[in-house]
Amino acid sequence: MRRVVDQVSFDIEAGQVVALVGESGSGKTMIGRAVLQLLPQVAQVESGSIRFNGRELAGAGEAAMRAIRGRDIGMVFQEPMVSLNPALSIGCQMTEALKLHLGLGEAEAARRCLAMLERVRIADPAGCFAAYPHQFSGGMRQRIMLASVLVMEPKLLLADEPTTALDAIIQKEVMDIMVALTREMGTAVLLVSHDLGMVAHYANRVVVMRKGEALETGRTEDILLAPRHEYTRNLLDALPSRAKSGPPRAAGEQLVAVRALSVDFRKKASVFWKQPGVFRAVEAVDLTLRRGETVAVVGESGSGKTTIGRALVRLVKESSGEIDFGGRDVTRLAGRELMAYRLQTQMVFQDPFSSLDPRMSLCDIVAEGLRNVPGMKRAARRERALAMLGEVGLGDYGQRFPHELSGGQRQRVCIARAIVATPCLLVADEPVSALDVTIQKQILGLLDLLQQKFGFTYLFISHDLGVVEQIADRVIVMYRGRILESGSRSAIYDDPRHPYTIRLLQASPRIQRCPQGGYRLAAHPARSQDAPQGFCYFNHGSMPGIAHSTGSLEMVSVGDDHQVACSRAA
Amino acid sequence: MNGALRTLLRRPNGAIGVLLLAVMLAAALLGSCYTPYDPIAIELAVRLQPPSLQHWLGTDEWGRDVLSRLLFGATVSVSISFFTVLFSVLFGALIGAASGFFGGWFERCVMAFMDALLAFPSLIMALGVMAVFGPSRYGVVLALSLAYLPSVVRIVRSSVLSLREKEYIEASQVMGNSELFTMLRHILPNSISPIIVLASALFGWALLAESALSFLGLGVPPPASSWGGMLADSRIHFAAAPWLALAPGLCISFSLLGINLFGDALRDQFDPRMKNL
Repeated sequence: MRRVVDQVSFDIEAGQVVALVGESGSGKTMIGRAVLQLLPQVAQVESGSIRFNGRELAGAGEAAMRAIRGRDIGMVFQEPMVSLNPALSIGCQMTEALKLHLGLGEAEAARRCLAMLERVRIADPAGCFAAYPHQFSGGMRQRIMLASVLVMEPKLLLADEPTTALDAIIQKEVMDIMVALTREMGTAVLLVSHDLGMVAHYANRVVVMRKGEALETGRTEDILLAPRHEYTRNLLDALPSRAKSGPPRAAGEQLVAVRALSVDFRKKASVFWKQPGVFRAVEAVDLTLRRGETVAVVGESGSGKTTIGRALVRLVKESSGEIDFGGRDVTRLAGRELMAYRLQTQMVFQDPFSSLDPRMSLCDIVAEGLRNVPGMKRAARRERALAMLGEVGLGDYGQRFPHELSGGQRQRVCIARAIVATPCLLVADEPVSALDVTIQKQILGLLDLLQQKFGFTYLFISHDLGVVEQIADRVIVMYRGRILESGSRSAIYDDPRHPYTIRLLQASPRIQRCPQGGYRLAAHPARSQDAPQGFCYFNHGSMPGIAHSTGSLEMVSVGDDHQVACSRAA
Repeated sequence: MNGALRTLLRRPNGAIGVLLLAVMLAAALLGSCYTPYDPIAIELAVRLQPPSLQHWLGTDEWGRDVLSRLLFGATVSVSISFFTVLFSVLFGALIGAASGFFGGWFERCVMAFMDALLAFPSLIMALGVMAVFGPSRYGVVLALSLAYLPSVVRIVRSSVLSLREKEYIEASQVMGNSELFTMLRHILPNSISPIIVLASALFGWALLAESALSFLGLGVPPPASSWGGMLADSRIHFAAAPWLALAPGLCISFSLLGINLFGDALRDQFDPRMKNL
């Protein structure tokens, strides 16, 4: 018997947004599930009361709960990819609840659903109504999910990490729609999230949770301005922020130069004798990494940022272009030379749960990174591996196995494995996006420490602009395989030029430390910049304001170490 | 290893499985060097005797001691099953892992061939092979190994396909390890648990299939005994001498039970995540 939620109390008024914030294992999801009596088999409500509109829900019968679920209390789940039934059309799923709970006829139910789909800003509601879930992206699905819950006009909406799986821009759209609609309908919202920065922008009240306890409850502004509990302060403190900027680091010599790199992926052929189609993941990308600096590549999913990193460590083959490393083109390396190059470049992967072989001890895992170092004996490798585990703060863990570790500890092991042969270049693909904020802060600190000690060059791939702002020296913004803007951190964050960069920055929630103590919400200035003389940012595109063409984009210099992609004005 | 055995025995399933398996192996070993009577010596004076102090499990229609034939049959049945599993798992795992890991044309050809094999029911295929080679122990092993090969290949290949997507496989590649090393060091050890479960199931199937082949007169040629052959010979005397059918029947059933329990326990044992549970 373990108590996962202990003595938590809060209330939500109609039309209000209350957020439960906490790291994994804080019991926040359990509270949401307890309200609907959707707890897992092994969990039960021991004591306490859940009053909804004057009715006691704790201990209410299954029949009573069925009448309430969906009708009076709606729920939106985290994973938009699995919360819609793939076998039924959107219309069929949406009208189901209306017909069941309100006894509406087919025509009336369909009318209401179409109206709701329009309100969640689905471009073609009628088309969407007849379509199936797999035809939509994650953001669209979450909007559809939201529509199908809100069409019942519930009095309470439980949203459990509703946007965690989505990109920043889509996250903002979905949250904006959700909060606007519920405010309009007078629906109360219980927002469950790990993301304090995001929550602070939308919630009226915040409940900070840790290990099943509510540590602090209060109005959002009060909590930001004067957090009382130490843990809240730690959470706020762990939010990434730009380091006190000293003088820019002395740029070292050039380490890697990528020239006109393009990567194609073959699509699956419909029939095997036909030539399969090609999807261009990265198109004509130039980029330079200098020794000892951290370059961040940001962009939404599908922007090609991961592919660039994988091309650098030779996990994918380019279709054209070259990668210059120390005067040699690594795209042509093979055999021994490729092996020597591999010792110079390493990678840290995103998912700490699948990047370690579950059958090997940590010492063996790290020592494997030295297997291909010429002339290194087994004993020496083990010794060095143990030393490196010490370096990442896991000194006594050599004989343990990956399943005994937390996500943060696993990521430390991945880092140790990557750096054990002291490479020059480390490609880090979303190394902290699977971790809680406080752990995230530790890992970023570790990466920084190791960089100072060993002088690594980082290519840091991330969708999180907050994290990037904290650690990057230079930032590259990508969209659909192309670089839209690149420049020093201050150029990108303080003087963004491209409309897409500006949108990206606006979509990432920020909390700033006030000079007089406490924190406040901060928004990026929404000024748009004109394109340089004689150029325009986009000619045509599916999304307004975003270049989406295979036409010729040129990188135009708009300042000291600051380039933006434009096309020539006609 | 001592500790591993102890944790295996701590699970009730594992303990029962090990016990049954040990009895079966002991019988097979004993049968290969000692039996109370000559298992093939015919003594018509004592035919169809019920169990007694002289003949613990009675005698069959030719007056041969059932216990002796059972012990001798254990050697035959168990060794046939053992080599069948050994060959099909060994070659199946290698072919499956290689086709899953390397892909391309190699995989397509192998899988097409395996699918063709799979299209025949395994017993029919074994019958075909036996028809070509004539009934003998080696023929049975060859026929059954070939019949079970495709299922091993398929299972190993699918587990390799899912493992290949794991990031530690990519990490191994980034470290500069060869594909062969990656396969032997990371992929095969991690697909060991489905292989073990499959091997234990195969052992049972092979035992059963060997019995079925012998039952049909295509297995081990008489007068040598095997469990399935004994079952086959007993059916005309079932009303008069039920012990003739019960003895080999129970042996087959309990061996299968033991193997399945042991296989499940072994799978848990091989998974480091299941330790200390």
